[in-house]
Amino acid sequence: MRKYQSFRVFKEKISFLIDRKALAVVVLLLFVMAGVFIFSTGTGEMKISPINVVKVFFGGGTDMEQLVVQSFRLPRIIVSLMVGIGLAVAGGILQGIIRNPLASPDILGITGGASVAVVGFLAIFSDESNALTVSIQWLPVAAFAGATIIAFLVYFLSWKNGVSPIRLVLIGIGIYSLMKALTTLMMLLGPIYQASQANIWITGTVYGSNWSNVAILVPWILVLCIAAFILARNINIQELGDDIATGVGSNVQRYRFLLLMVSTALIGGSVAFAGGIGFVGLMAPHMARRLVGSSFGALLPASALIGGILVMIADLIGRTLFSPLEIPAGVFTASIGAPYFIYLLFKTRNG
Amino acid sequence: MTANQAISTKQLTLSYGDTTIINELDLEIPKGEITVFIGGNGCGKSTLLRSIARLLKPKSGAVLLDGEAIARLSTKDVARKMAILPQSPSAPEGLTVLQLVKQGRYPYQTWLKQWTAEDEEKVNNALEATGLMKLKDRAVDSLSGGQRQRAWIAMTLAQDTDTILLDEPTTYLDMTHQIEILDLLFELNEKEQRTIVMVLHDLNLACRYAHNVVAIKDQKIYAQGKPEVVINCSLVKNVFEMECEVTIDPLFGTPLCIPYGKGRCILKQERLSRNG
Repeated sequence: MRKYQSFRVFKEKISFLIDRKALAVVVLLLFVMAGVFIFSTGTGEMKISPINVVKVFFGGGTDMEQLVVQSFRLPRIIVSLMVGIGLAVAGGILQGIIRNPLASPDILGITGGASVAVVGFLAIFSDESNALTVSIQWLPVAAFAGATIIAFLVYFLSWKNGVSPIRLVLIGIGIYSLMKALTTLMMLLGPIYQASQANIWITGTVYGSNWSNVAILVPWILVLCIAAFILARNINIQELGDDIATGVGSNVQRYRFLLLMVSTALIGGSVAFAGGIGFVGLMAPHMARRLVGSSFGALLPASALIGGILVMIADLIGRTLFSPLEIPAGVFTASIGAPYFIYLLFKTRNG
Repeated sequence: MTANQAISTKQLTLSYGDTTIINELDLEIPKGEITVFIGGNGCGKSTLLRSIARLLKPKSGAVLLDGEAIARLSTKDVARKMAILPQSPSAPEGLTVLQLVKQGRYPYQTWLKQWTAEDEEKVNNALEATGLMKLKDRAVDSLSGGQRQRAWIAMTLAQDTDTILLDEPTTYLDMTHQIEILDLLFELNEKEQRTIVMVLHDLNLACRYAHNVVAIKDQKIYAQGKPEVVINCSLVKNVFEMECEVTIDPLFGTPLCIPYGKGRCILKQERLSRNG
């Protein structure tokens, strides 16, 4: 049996080599994602059977079911899914361009920049009774700005006749530590109430997501993911090193900048609406690599789906296990992801 | 400039910071032959090769590919004419041989056109030529050193260029695999008339495989030409700072360099035992 399938249409204007196994894995992951999505929508204070959930999606079900699904659960689950996709794809891109499996949105200081911005935002715009003086709507904007500014800062500090992966990661780690120190400092200096608010944000939560969040996040993440898939072959070539990439005619610096911007925008969008959900950006691409291999054409879609599934499950656990207490999703991404990741490593240790 | 030169350099000066590595070098590399750069450690032979491959910007001067300045050509155009295999490249974990070799087709691809019939044919040819067809679904990092190097060479072959540059393609390989790799390159040159330019450390192997050697010393070319013409005791002494005897390879008739120095000398004993 052939492992690969050539795909050619329109007189070869569109042609790809498709890895059958990877395609099967991606399709399977799509089903798992749909399953988790439906199950999560039906689970909570009010249980709704999967069949009724699907009915509700198509305008059926009781008014009560309509209300619970449409107003409370769906926006939150969609945000979880998008954030998971965004962080996983960004992590995959970063691991590719930095050529280091330890690269993740946190390591480069990008999420740290968002944290500082959020803590700073809470500190600057609070009055003496800890009430915000501006609308909370501005918090995502602050987070996004923090992430973007830090990403640019890391990029320009790394510049020396172009940006090399090793400088990028070293400067990134430096900035990350600085951001962490700043965050801690601001939390200690601010009132206790603020610190706990900030801490929930830093852990990462999709609590209180609404349809206007969804309306911004969905197109943002989807457009950037498409851009990432288009750039996939450039990540592939950069993973072979700058010399090889230059040798086959790739403009390494231009694509490195573009890829960094795409991942920054994905991270910025994700942390803006869900805070610093950790682990997903690091582990989802690794899990995907175990399942579909190292080629980014398959790796990015698989990472995206795994990331989405992880965050959806983490939030499902967070809002149901200790109900009525809400646990931030970020607490569970690691606790459910890590065992599965270790299992995968263990299973493929000789492969 | 005649049509017989694949690559030439004009007044090429290369430097790292303030240190000049190569000074105003004029070099011509003949088409369809195997050219080997030789010289001591740090003489700049790898730097020169990297600069020819546009991996390093010259301080001044130019590299010409088929008569055109490389800096003025688009990098993709260059990639369709000349491939480079740098020293000890590394592949990401789990990448298969096919996935690696396929990336040699990068200069011919666009984001929607990634696997034409021509791409498939060239990749298959490269796998056949390097004897890797059966291993194409294996992970590159699971192969032996020689197989891994063949996989990288297959990638440069898939690039379908007239000229291939290789920076010490036999480093870290045992003797069997060194010969295997050099035989493969020799065959590619014989059968397909590809121009091959490489850096080799082993002078004797350079003499055996090269049509043309370029000895580099003190930022310049010390000598260039057929090994049997240019390789002699005084060249080795001046370029490598080593005393040696140059004799003739009993199998190939090419120059064979035997260094002086210490070591167990058993000649006397043998003679003695024969006499006794």
